Amino acid sequence: MRHAMGNRKALSLTLLTTLTLAGASALYAADSPPANAATADYKAFKFSADHPYFFQDGKVDFGTYNGFRRYHSECHVCHGPAGMGSAYAPALMNSMKVLNFDQFVTVVIQGRKGLDNRVMPSFASNQNVLPYMSDIYAYLKARSDGVIDVARPANFPKAKPDPKPAAPAPAAQASAATPAKP
Amino acid sequence: MQPIKHSILAVAVAAAVTYTASSVANSGLIELQQDPNQWVMPSGNYSSTRYSALDQINAGNVKDLQVAWTFSTGVLRGHEGGPLVLGDVMYVHTPFPNKVFALDLNNEGKILWKYEPRQDSSVIPVMCCDTVNRGLAYADGKIFLSQADTTLVALDAKTGAKVWSVVNGDPSKGSTSTAAPMVVKDMVYVGISGGEFGVRGYLTAYNINDGKLVWRGYSMGPDADTLMDPEKTTHLGKPVGKDSGTATWEGDQWKIGGGTTWGWYSYDPALNLIYYGSGNPSTWNPAQRPGDNRWSMTIWARDADTGMTKWVYQMTPHDEWDYDGINEMVLVDKEIKGKPRKALVHFDRNGFGYTLDRVTGELLVAEKFDPAVNWATHVDMATGRPQVVAKYSTDHNGEDVNTTGVCPAALGSKDQQPSAYSPRTGLFYVPTNHVCMDYEPFKVSYTAGQPYVGATLTMYPAPGGTTLGNFIAWDADKGKIVWSDPEQFSVWGGALATAGDVVFYGTLEGYLKAVDAKTGKQLYKFKTPSGIIGNVHTYTHNGKQYLAVLSGLGGWAGIGMAAGLTDPTAGLGAVGAYASLSDYTQLGGQLTVFSLPN
Repeated sequence: MRHAMGNRKALSLTLLTTLTLAGASALYAADSPPANAATADYKAFKFSADHPYFFQDGKVDFGTYNGFRRYHSECHVCHGPAGMGSAYAPALMNSMKVLNFDQFVTVVIQGRKGLDNRVMPSFASNQNVLPYMSDIYAYLKARSDGVIDVARPANFPKAKPDPKPAAPAPAAQASAATPAKP
Repeated sequence: MQPIKHSILAVAVAAAVTYTASSVANSGLIELQQDPNQWVMPSGNYSSTRYSALDQINAGNVKDLQVAWTFSTGVLRGHEGGPLVLGDVMYVHTPFPNKVFALDLNNEGKILWKYEPRQDSSVIPVMCCDTVNRGLAYADGKIFLSQADTTLVALDAKTGAKVWSVVNGDPSKGSTSTAAPMVVKDMVYVGISGGEFGVRGYLTAYNINDGKLVWRGYSMGPDADTLMDPEKTTHLGKPVGKDSGTATWEGDQWKIGGGTTWGWYSYDPALNLIYYGSGNPSTWNPAQRPGDNRWSMTIWARDADTGMTKWVYQMTPHDEWDYDGINEMVLVDKEIKGKPRKALVHFDRNGFGYTLDRVTGELLVAEKFDPAVNWATHVDMATGRPQVVAKYSTDHNGEDVNTTGVCPAALGSKDQQPSAYSPRTGLFYVPTNHVCMDYEPFKVSYTAGQPYVGATLTMYPAPGGTTLGNFIAWDADKGKIVWSDPEQFSVWGGALATAGDVVFYGTLEGYLKAVDAKTGKQLYKFKTPSGIIGNVHTYTHNGKQYLAVLSGLGGWAGIGMAAGLTDPTAGLGAVGAYASLSDYTQLGGQLTVFSLPN
């Protein structure tokens, strides 16, 4: 299911099968700019695996903020608050310096076994992770780049449809204005 | 391996113990647990007082304490719980891979035998908060271990050979085990972990001779599952009614409703009741599970033989903060509000210290044991319900809203680290957290075996302070703190009270500390090799008193604090003030044994 979160296309199950073959960065290929973002810069910003987050005036895009939330729901119990690591799993804000998006997605989907009985499970069936992998990646990349600190990042609002769409049917407009929650 | 010295003491104590004829088949534990020379169960005794009648080490000479010997477990990760001592043998457990060592106290801790189970390492990431294990149980010549993968094994205490094993849950569905079992008569009880994976909690009794299941009582579900009688089982004196374990849930959400049972278990031989608490309802997003979510967050009193529920008390109906109710139940006979009571005292994650009548489940006292607690103004004594402050209600504020400044944090004002009680001072000694949080719930979907959390948390020190914990003395009659020693980090190690009027506990930096039981004045400290989240215990060998504690940083504390807590209100500058724990200590499992100089 497509997701209204952030400004980038969420990952779908059908995409998943092609991911490791075609490269996860294909996720970003069809992205369109946000419809009514807070600034012209935000509106024009092209998200990509190399530019996974938008940051301006102390605020991140909603997807990156969602990455903060999802990370602290699903990942932080092992990887520590704000990607800083814990007694038993690596600090992802450091890992992001060497992991590209394709590698990140591969580890999340396939899992990994490391030294000292360290185990990263597969999250391939986790509907609270899978659709938001690009958001989580964006958040950790922003942490790794030192753009945001350990605290909850301020964010631009969730992207909403353009107030003056070209010619949608009234019913479609109403449903689009209240996007499904995750 | 029958201890020699216990037989003398057993004669003396047996007369003082009243227990029913039904305990004919019991394992001798009722006598053993009263022998201060040994430490035969994780909580010291069935009442979970963690009190020792030994007084060779006392307030006057504890300053001379020194290290007698040490032992490395060879395991990193968090070392919760503590060893058992039976006669001349000490039994030490470890976190995953759940090794057990039998150490010969007559031969400087030489390893008599070692048990190391083969477990699939895929269980590791299913454990929410480190691969901890809280200890072993002993009875009838057997050592009982509940492994991370939920396998309960009985080992021959002499040889370490496996006598039987039984599987108590399914890790592929998120069930794991961290709790120490408890033995009563010919039954061994063990709970289940996995509240962050939608596991429906249960407590199970197995026969100690063959591992056959005797009974299993769920935390929620129809009466046949919860082992409740709609008329006879009571909540604050009133019958619970039919299927109370499903009546406050929508649809079949109770099937993934949490209420796991990973804490400590207590037993009253005279009443033949066992006591324990159930954990958080799943998910952490309260909007997804309307209703009181009975019987998560509940104190349970069950018949030891049948599992039938005598009474329950739900402390935090419809939890919105992850305040698991699993902390230890301390059983003391004591005058409460002018009347002698068989009391149960419990320091809950939610920040309230409860005193109940353990015969009837009547609520006698419910007061905050950390002044920072703000999510509720008080507990209504008639209904037993906490009076929730709307501002701090994550349900009231709703999904996708960040509720800020909630005290305590999800860690609770106190987590599983057990308290101690001294009958000499009449006080409870409680290791506490002094941490608050922001909490944002959001919608999650359930996939078996995957995390089912649904909230983002940020934790930071309570307002106005620079410390993350306190070690307090508590008056369970008045519901008041008597003294409070601030600690830089949360106190995650279990306490020990002794007849020497000294109270011991360990800190996250790795200190073993001794304080005066009456005043809280620090009398001794020693820095062990790693942070302490284990529980202090004491015993004698060849007539000399020893004290021991496991070091080994980890646990939930190891997640948040090893990386340094955040203070979003003060920005980066404050983070330095709460410098990360890793500046003080590193991982490493080690037992340190203390004694006075000869």
